Amino acid sequence: MKTENQKAWFFVLPVLALVAFNALIPMMTVVNYSVQETFGDNVFFWQGLDWFQQILRSDRFHAALGRQFLFTFLILIIEVPLGIAIALSMPRKGFWVPVCLVLMALPMLIPWNVVGAMWNIFTLPDIGLLGYFLNHVLGINYDMTQDPIAAWVTIVTMDVWHWTSLVVLLSYAGLVSIPDAYYQAAKIDGATNWAVFRFIQLPKMKTVLTIAILLRFMDSFNIYTEPFVLTGGGPGNSTTLLSIDLVKIALGQFDLGPAAAMSLIYFAITLLVSWLFYTLMTKDDLN
Amino acid sequence: MQKRSIVPIVYILFLMLPIYWLVAMSFKTTNEILSGFSLFPQTFTLDNYKTIFTDPSWYWGYINSILYVSINTVISIAVALPAAYAFSRYRFLGDKQLFFWLLTNRMAPAAVFALPFFQLYSAVELFDTHLAVALAHCLFNIPLAVWILEGFMGGVPKELDETAFVDGYSFPRFFATIFIPSIKAGVGVAAFFCFMFSWVELLLAKTLTAVAAKPIAATMTKTASSAGYELGLLAAAGTLTIIPGAIVIWFVRNYIAKGFAMGRV
Repeated sequence: MKTENQKAWFFVLPVLALVAFNALIPMMTVVNYSVQETFGDNVFFWQGLDWFQQILRSDRFHAALGRQFLFTFLILIIEVPLGIAIALSMPRKGFWVPVCLVLMALPMLIPWNVVGAMWNIFTLPDIGLLGYFLNHVLGINYDMTQDPIAAWVTIVTMDVWHWTSLVVLLSYAGLVSIPDAYYQAAKIDGATNWAVFRFIQLPKMKTVLTIAILLRFMDSFNIYTEPFVLTGGGPGNSTTLLSIDLVKIALGQFDLGPAAAMSLIYFAITLLVSWLFYTLMTKDDLN
Repeated sequence: MQKRSIVPIVYILFLMLPIYWLVAMSFKTTNEILSGFSLFPQTFTLDNYKTIFTDPSWYWGYINSILYVSINTVISIAVALPAAYAFSRYRFLGDKQLFFWLLTNRMAPAAVFALPFFQLYSAVELFDTHLAVALAHCLFNIPLAVWILEGFMGGVPKELDETAFVDGYSFPRFFATIFIPSIKAGVGVAAFFCFMFSWVELLLAKTLTAVAAKPIAATMTKTASSAGYELGLLAAAGTLTIIPGAIVIWFVRNYIAKGFAMGRV
């Protein structure tokens, strides 16, 4: 049982100060930009909510948002079940456990632009391992710089490669924390594998799966460096995800106002969806 | 049991293929890479690595990265320890809201916040220092560290605190000599995750540095565009970025899986 103690605030103060310094001041700058127009030389004019209207009505924003949702949906629908399946089939004890964990965690430790560059070279049609194999051994016409579908397959595969391990590690952590007694009881009752999964393993993994889904949602929704290095948003605009479009507006065209308005809308959407996930998945625990 | 192990083996093979390709390329000359496909290096060369270890602009990239990642890990853990203790032991006004707010800091699109970050750190005259990157990475590392540490602390019975106070320990002494050693594993895991996320992040690190504190990943991008397309060199640099991560992960391997299992949601 926790004790009521308002002085605990002092323990939290350093964290609060550091995070607020990093979060609130840039956030205020962005809010500031989103309601102003500038013609250079740091002269600003009040613009009201025009940028927000302009962004919310623009087809470009809708298209990028649609691509972003499609990407995140694909990522979650592939990585979560795949991660659980791999975790279920991993050994529970012995020499191979740490070996598996270390090898699986490796992709997560590679700097994001290196991941992008690595997959770029890996998929080059004539000199990359995957590109060569698909084009010259299997005879599939695969070139992600030309074909939007190939580009999509590549960025999704890259993300599955990069992040499925996170789901695996988390699910595995949930699985090993289940006491043997549960399995023995299920065995006596003659439960099928599916029943064991549905009524013992899945409920026990719920907490860690919540973390996994939340982290994967937030990170895939904000993904920037890897697809940018891999495809640069192309061919055409086919893989221009929301954050890539945002940077194009902010740093490519230096339209700070619209870019700021767009990033606030973006942030609000991320926050809303994360909050929905969070409340839906922790609903039962609140009582 | 035998049939089951096929799934992890196939998965690990899938993970290793691109990494193999990167490592194999780092031992090839750029000419060989561009001239066509070869599964193994035909003319095995160490020149790419030699360039990196002899050219200061390359190896300083690694030193810079390791410096700011270490500073960040130390700061994050130092401030997250007392905060996690507060979240784990006490109820106070707004604790739940504060916890969720901390989590939301992972959600801000870094791509656009990069510019305000640049202005902020220029204003406080920290631009192009290791400290700037280390502090900026606190934004997403501190919440994670608090989250993980709180989970581990929740596993320590409260009686430990009470007994120590009855025995006349002051709070700081109890915290440093009894409490922290009892969650050593948790500190290791939290430090690992701070290391990992700071090591792989590039956008903020690149925005906040110019010369003196430039991270290795930024050195790589620059070389790729200015010196044509030196694929061999790029591959060698990429391979070297994997090694620190691999070493750290080997040391904390037994705690990785446990790290999140105890986290609270």
